[in-house]
Amino acid sequence: MAIAQFIRVSKRFAAATAPAVDAVSFDLELGEFFSLLGPSGCGKTTTLRLLAGLETADGGEIWLGGERAESKRPYQRRLGMVFQNYALFPHLNVERNVAFGLQRHRVPRAEIPGRVERALEMVQLNPAEFSRRVPSELSGGQRQRVALARALVLEPDILLLDEPLGAIDLKLRKAMQLELKQLNRSLGITFVYVTHDQDEALTMSDRIAVMDRGRIVQLGSPAEIYENPRTAFVATFIGESNLLTGRVVARSGELWEVAAPDGSRMLVSGAAGIIEGSSIQLAIRPEWMDLFSPHGIPSGENAIQGTVDEVIYLGEMLRVLVALPGGARLAVAVRNEGQLTRPLQWRRGDAVAVGWRPEDCQLLEES
Amino acid sequence: MSRLRQRVLSWFARRPALAAVSLVTPGALWLGLFFVLPMLLMLGASVMPRGIYGGVEPGFTLEHYRRFLDPLYLQVLGRTVGWSILATVACLLLGYPVAWVIARSRHRNLLLFLVVLPFWTSFLVRTFALIFLLRDTGLINTILLRFGLIQEPLALLYTPFAVLLGLVYGFLPFMVLPIYASLEKLDQSLDEAAEVLGARPAARFFKVTLPLSFPGVVAGCLLVFVPALGSFITSDLLGGAKQVMIGNLVQNQFTVARNWPFGSAASFILMAIVMLGVTLSIRSRAR
Amino acid sequence: MSRRRSGWVWGIAGAVYLFLHLPVLVLVAFSFNASKYSVEWTGFTLEWYRRLLERTDLLRGLQASLIVGTVSTLVATVFGTLLALALARRRFPGRRALEGLLYFPLVTPEVVVGISLLVLFVLLGIPLGLGTVTIAHIAFNIAFVTVVIRARLTGMDRSLEEAALLLGADEFTTFRTVTIPQLWPGIVAGALLAFTMSLDDYVITSLVSGTGSSTLPVVVYSMVRRNVEPTVNAISTVILVLTSVLIWVAQRLTRERPLRPTPG
Repeated sequence: MAIAQFIRVSKRFAAATAPAVDAVSFDLELGEFFSLLGPSGCGKTTTLRLLAGLETADGGEIWLGGERAESKRPYQRRLGMVFQNYALFPHLNVERNVAFGLQRHRVPRAEIPGRVERALEMVQLNPAEFSRRVPSELSGGQRQRVALARALVLEPDILLLDEPLGAIDLKLRKAMQLELKQLNRSLGITFVYVTHDQDEALTMSDRIAVMDRGRIVQLGSPAEIYENPRTAFVATFIGESNLLTGRVVARSGELWEVAAPDGSRMLVSGAAGIIEGSSIQLAIRPEWMDLFSPHGIPSGENAIQGTVDEVIYLGEMLRVLVALPGGARLAVAVRNEGQLTRPLQWRRGDAVAVGWRPEDCQLLEES
Repeated sequence: MSRLRQRVLSWFARRPALAAVSLVTPGALWLGLFFVLPMLLMLGASVMPRGIYGGVEPGFTLEHYRRFLDPLYLQVLGRTVGWSILATVACLLLGYPVAWVIARSRHRNLLLFLVVLPFWTSFLVRTFALIFLLRDTGLINTILLRFGLIQEPLALLYTPFAVLLGLVYGFLPFMVLPIYASLEKLDQSLDEAAEVLGARPAARFFKVTLPLSFPGVVAGCLLVFVPALGSFITSDLLGGAKQVMIGNLVQNQFTVARNWPFGSAASFILMAIVMLGVTLSIRSRAR
Repeated sequence: MSRRRSGWVWGIAGAVYLFLHLPVLVLVAFSFNASKYSVEWTGFTLEWYRRLLERTDLLRGLQASLIVGTVSTLVATVFGTLLALALARRRFPGRRALEGLLYFPLVTPEVVVGISLLVLFVLLGIPLGLGTVTIAHIAFNIAFVTVVIRARLTGMDRSLEEAALLLGADEFTTFRTVTIPQLWPGIVAGALLAFTMSLDDYVITSLVSGTGSSTLPVVVYSMVRRNVEPTVNAISTVILVLTSVLIWVAQRLTRERPLRPTPG
């Protein structure tokens, strides 16, 4: 059951030429971890702020808990928010920061200390040690936890998070990502998470909305987004993709027959309804491609002939750049079996065939 | 939260411009009523003929402005502008070194505090301190007489020198602070780069430091020149009857001389010079 | 850069510091001098301070100054804070004009401000006295307070107020519990400036206070003009001490962090 809905919501800022948020629609389910992912300026933060009530929409409808939300000020919505810079009140200590919301909601005085204590414990902060400290005495990670506790102590329906881990260093960030995911599961609260870091989104989310220039370009599970990207933008923003152009020749059973620029034929999976003769774009992830000797391609796989240009050592993987006739380059990711014991059989200048299975490449929409 | 409060807040939340205007209204109204309106009234008075008791009569005349072409009043004008410029230059020559020293010192907080302190001290008290030193029975004359350096007291008070001294003494901190602010922002490595390129201290100062601190210099000059133009206390207490500046002239017309329209006209001429100074400084910053 | 070569710069700076402070120190020192007319030191005495207590005009002047100062500071600080907040954060028609208007009181000579107000009061038939003085003080203080607080606002983080809104505080409550505490040092600085300006003002006050008794600077001014006995030194020292206490109080007010829990 959807606890929140955006229906064709738009927002344009005063002096801007293009809308910040352009007819965005999505539902939020109870308890899910929902991420808004995109490059800076794509409208993800504005969307979050519209949900919070910190901005007013110019068009569309916003529904919260079955009611229209437009007339509700932020303090009338049952939402919690964690800001990028934590926004802890500098003039209050940790305990009073966390208690702030409880006081505003007229929670009985006697109840407050207990709830504050439990909230701090929930975010792995020892109340005895931290209650009396002031924000300026805390590290970035500790401040973030206090900000979380402050929002969660009010038991909101939805928790909004605006790039909360941006200012935290890498190792701690990975640990906190897992903690947030665990909190989401144990509390059963919907998390709406804004980030530009695709690894973060893939790690934590149940569903991801990929945004670009104010629009949601694709909405789906991490697997759907990663394995079936719909546009070139999604294919290249999330992970890496090789992009190929081709011309549709004919439908061949469940697959499409596509002519590559060099004339060779490829079989591509895709829904029915594509016009024969039209030109299309394909995306194939480097890790789904393999290297073969020029005539040793397994049957049923597509292949393109080329020359090895570079072999880059990345530790876990090897990244092989293959130059195609006509100037394009493909990146192929090959597992490193150990260059000292079982080295890669191809070197710079060798002729190779790059192969992949039809179901591993994506037909992209016009973006 | 009471219903009424909720309703009021929602109403204002939907009309952000109106909310802003209501915040602004008390202050803006006060300024409009007690600043703008009086100025307009004075402007009107400056072009009306003088009435019997020194006020105004209905009518229109430019005689009060024309009266300023009288050498007597031109002299006052010239004296005011001249002394203000002199005071500004003196403050610049004395104040720049101070700012420079503070910018390079480890004790800059203390030094800044010592410069700012006079600013918080009553202007009246500081002016009296100068009187105490300069008058015929004052400290300076007493010491000079004691050591036989002079036979009779020097007339230090009630001279142009005294007024200039008072102006510099009064406004020097205003010159130091903006220059310090722009020197502090300066990148030390520019000076070092110039040194490596072979420039000597004097050249480095005139070619690198001074031009880059120019905005601070302009701000400081403005902060001295403008108040100096409008001086009243300094010229009244330290200058006596002879060293009349425009401020004294204006006040005079409204108290003893009882010529309000002329005083109003004089005020506007003073304002015009002030505005000229402000405009010049804004232009120089835009360069 | 060698210290030796730029020694003369330090010399000038040192001389300037002496120049700035010596006269006032001398003034204070001689307020304890037993000699009435000459500057010869004849002994230490508190006579001149005792005589201050006999001068009812000074005492009444001090009282008037404190009242006018307090009232005008309070009003100007409230108005100025609202102005600064609106100017720094909101767009509204007439904003540019208002910003320009604010700088006028800062550049206009005090004489001109004073006489223009005199013209207004006489025209409207408002009797001159401490009331008109207070009105005048509020007018010029609004500009000072607004500029000071505005400067502080430009660096301020709005996310704190947004966080408060989402924690259940409506706009009034957010203002009270988050905005004001954050702005507090700026408000105190602005109020201190206003109070000091008010306490020290001679020109505008003398023009709009009419013939009746007036504030401290007006009384002291006539004393200074007549170059009388060291009593003037004594009152000067008292004024200096008063201002120093003021600054000290302001410092204390901004150092303490208001840790009072905001009652629900």
